[in-house]
Amino acid sequence: MLEVEDLHAHYGRAHILQGVSFAIAAGEVLVLIGRNGAGKTTTMKSLIGLVRPTSGAIRFAGADIAGAETYRIARAGLGYVPEERRIFTDLTVMQNLEVGKRPARAGRDPWTPRQLFTLFPNLGEMPTRPGGRMSGGEQQMLAIARTLMGNPSLVLLDEPSEGLAPVIVEQMARAILALKREGVTVLLAEQNLHFAARVADRAAVIETGRIVWTGGIAQLASEAGRYLGV
Amino acid sequence: MNFLLLQALTGLAAASSLFLVSAGLTVIFGVTRVVNFAHGSLYLLGAYIGWSILTRLPTDPGWFVLGILLAGAATALLGLVLETTLLRRIYRAPELLQLLATFGVVLMVQDIALKIWGAQDLALPRPRWLRASVILLGERFPQFDLALIAIGPLVLLLLWLLFTRTRWGTLVRAATQDRDMVAALGVDQRMLFTSVFALGAALAGIGGALALPDGSANLQMDLSIITDAFVVVVVGGLGSLPGAFLASLLIGLLQAFGIVLIPGATSILVFAVMAVVLVLRPHGLLGRAQPVSRAEAPPSVVRAAPASLRWAGVAALALAIAAPLVVGPFALSVLTEMAVAVLFAASLHFMMGPGGMPSFGHAAWFGIGAYTAALAAKSLALPMPAGMLLAPIVAGTVALLFGWFVVRLSGVYLAMLTLAFAQIVWAVAFQSTGLTGGDNGVLGVWPAAWAADPRVFYWLALAVCLGATLALRRVLGSPFGYALRATRDSPLRAAAIGLDDGAIRLAAFAVAGACAGLSGGIAAYSKGSVFPSFIAIGHSVDALLMVLLGGVGTLAGPVIGALAYTGLYDALLLATDLWRFALGAIIVVLVLAFPDGIAGTAQRLWLRGREA
Ligand SMILES: Nc1ncnc2c1ncn2[C@@H]1O[C@H](COP(=O)(O)OP(=O)(O)O)[C@@H](O)[C@H]1O
Ligand SMILES: [Mg+2]
Repeated sequence: MLEVEDLHAHYGRAHILQGVSFAIAAGEVLVLIGRNGAGKTTTMKSLIGLVRPTSGAIRFAGADIAGAETYRIARAGLGYVPEERRIFTDLTVMQNLEVGKRPARAGRDPWTPRQLFTLFPNLGEMPTRPGGRMSGGEQQMLAIARTLMGNPSLVLLDEPSEGLAPVIVEQMARAILALKREGVTVLLAEQNLHFAARVADRAAVIETGRIVWTGGIAQLASEAGRYLGV
Repeated sequence: MNFLLLQALTGLAAASSLFLVSAGLTVIFGVTRVVNFAHGSLYLLGAYIGWSILTRLPTDPGWFVLGILLAGAATALLGLVLETTLLRRIYRAPELLQLLATFGVVLMVQDIALKIWGAQDLALPRPRWLRASVILLGERFPQFDLALIAIGPLVLLLLWLLFTRTRWGTLVRAATQDRDMVAALGVDQRMLFTSVFALGAALAGIGGALALPDGSANLQMDLSIITDAFVVVVVGGLGSLPGAFLASLLIGLLQAFGIVLIPGATSILVFAVMAVVLVLRPHGLLGRAQPVSRAEAPPSVVRAAPASLRWAGVAALALAIAAPLVVGPFALSVLTEMAVAVLFAASLHFMMGPGGMPSFGHAAWFGIGAYTAALAAKSLALPMPAGMLLAPIVAGTVALLFGWFVVRLSGVYLAMLTLAFAQIVWAVAFQSTGLTGGDNGVLGVWPAAWAADPRVFYWLALAVCLGATLALRRVLGSPFGYALRATRDSPLRAAAIGLDDGAIRLAAFAVAGACAGLSGGIAAYSKGSVFPSFIAIGHSVDALLMVLLGGVGTLAGPVIGALAYTGLYDALLLATDLWRFALGAIIVVLVLAFPDGIAGTAQRLWLRGREA
């Protein structure tokens, strides 16, 4: 469903992504795991078009989207939930969802606010609350729900468990598993190995802008020491 | 008591028109992050087009309303064209280039309006209903002004409904906060931006047409309204509609009462209020810190010129020194003008490039220097060297005082505050007829006898201007220069290593002001007279153009830019009576084609050549 091949990206002169390659099959949850500064966020921003890759190919749903405009990539079915969540703080929960709303994918039912409120019950309790007056966990849920309103076929989740209380992290994990059951493909960026092991099928380990290991999530646990220094 | 009420009502009516224009400006800024100088031109076009429509319609109130709405529709259409042809291409450009490009449009529209509608002010014939008044507490008050007072809140309400009750409005508000996130959710922002721009243009046009009954359509209304609208938008908080409404009321009332309290100095009052608001709330009454949504190019390092360029510089200098021996008086006056321009541009570059403080009112310092020298000669009968010495001292001192407000701001706010200040200085020069002669200027400022020969004066100007320019360059290479760049590039880190960035920026601001004042002092003696136009926005823009033409990121930039611009300007003046249009078009093309300026582009090509 998504193939990334030899992706390079720079910030100014700094060469950040130095040849990232990996692939995700439809319906799969792949975790991109790596330390702070490894290049997870940059990879995701390159995929969604917020960072323009300097070279490499990104094949998604049959087309090369490398360097395409962000809104076109999003319309092609790529959803992006940024690490900083980027909720529209002046808008209410319902209005945030409204911004994300896009037509349904052919042959599939669209996500509705009601379904999303079953997925994230907390949100259902505060439909008119402004995004700026929500807790970190609630904002994270809203960020995911907002992206799902666009009915993406592949969702990029950048460290959804970061900075959240264990109860909320558990809720996130269940939500991701629920997405998977709905047939949504997920690319997850994580540093949290436990969280990754709970939801992912496969893992790709990223170090200083390169994928250094790919394999099943079960093998990762035994190899983790080598790559993640835990 | 009655008098106070009437004055208040007058202020409220003015506030309404001001709000219409400012609302458009602030909405456009909120979404596109472009400070649109051409907004004043849309206002002007609204007035002229409104005049053309209304003078052809029957004069009943119903037709009047229709005519106003048609004028709004016409400017919306023009806004649409402007957005799709120009604005769209500069959304990611640095703020100053956006200001410049849209100022280019201002110049072009001025000549277009002059060609179509002529130079006279166009007033609307006023039918009986427009002249009618109502009796309030025994005083007559124009009925039309009462209607105006109602229009402001009405428009605010309509805009509020539009922005909170429609999907379009929700998308606009989302994009105001975070454009990239909106794009990542699949929204095509081009449609959004174009429609927002058209809406803003319509508001400006309606505002312009509504100004007709109480005034006229004239060629000065673009710059006068844009200055007020900038003040309103900055005081209210960039991008905030309720802020713009509050600030319009504040400024409208202030002007209405200011005229009574301190006639001829209302602009000082407005400026004082703006300064106080910005000191207490740096993002305006209801504004907030702007997210940095611009893809900021890393500031290029200011490099020393390559050896070849040095030799070219030495050769040019030799030519410049030898020139008076061969050229005639006209060429000599152009050369003197160029020497002055080089220092003027270099002083702006000093604060803008390495200092990171883009000023849109640099002519203020030039003008203060020029008036200081002129008044020293005329009123105090001081000898020329004393006048030339006083010019930078006075300009530098005023810059030091004013800089206290400025250095705590950045980006658009800084550009707007410097612009507003220059407008105030201009207004003072224009209005204090007793001291400055007002529009007639100060005449007969002649050089001392020993420098009366134009060649001698030229050599003097060359020596002083180049000397000061080289001194500025030396300062940039000194520890102070490095500290200055450090405060620009990473204020936090600069603070962490113990640099007092406020003091450093203030010092740079004062030095830049003093040098611009010096160039003004020399200009006063070289031209023999000083006029308020020395301080006009157009002159501040001249300086910006020189710097940007040369390129902000290079040391040679301002020098090359000043020479190229002065040459271009004089050539245009000689070549065509549509010089404003031509200059505006050149500005727009330059911004689109060479965002790095001449020297910057040359440097890039040169570096690329070396790396290849
Ligand atoms: N806007 C930026 N400008 C310059 N460097 C950046 C920027 N964003 C991230 N980096 C650098 O890029 C590298 C990768 O960052 P990132 O992709 O955010 O890593 P991760 O998400 O894995 O923590 C880091 O070294 C970081 O310092
Ligand atoms: Mg990250």
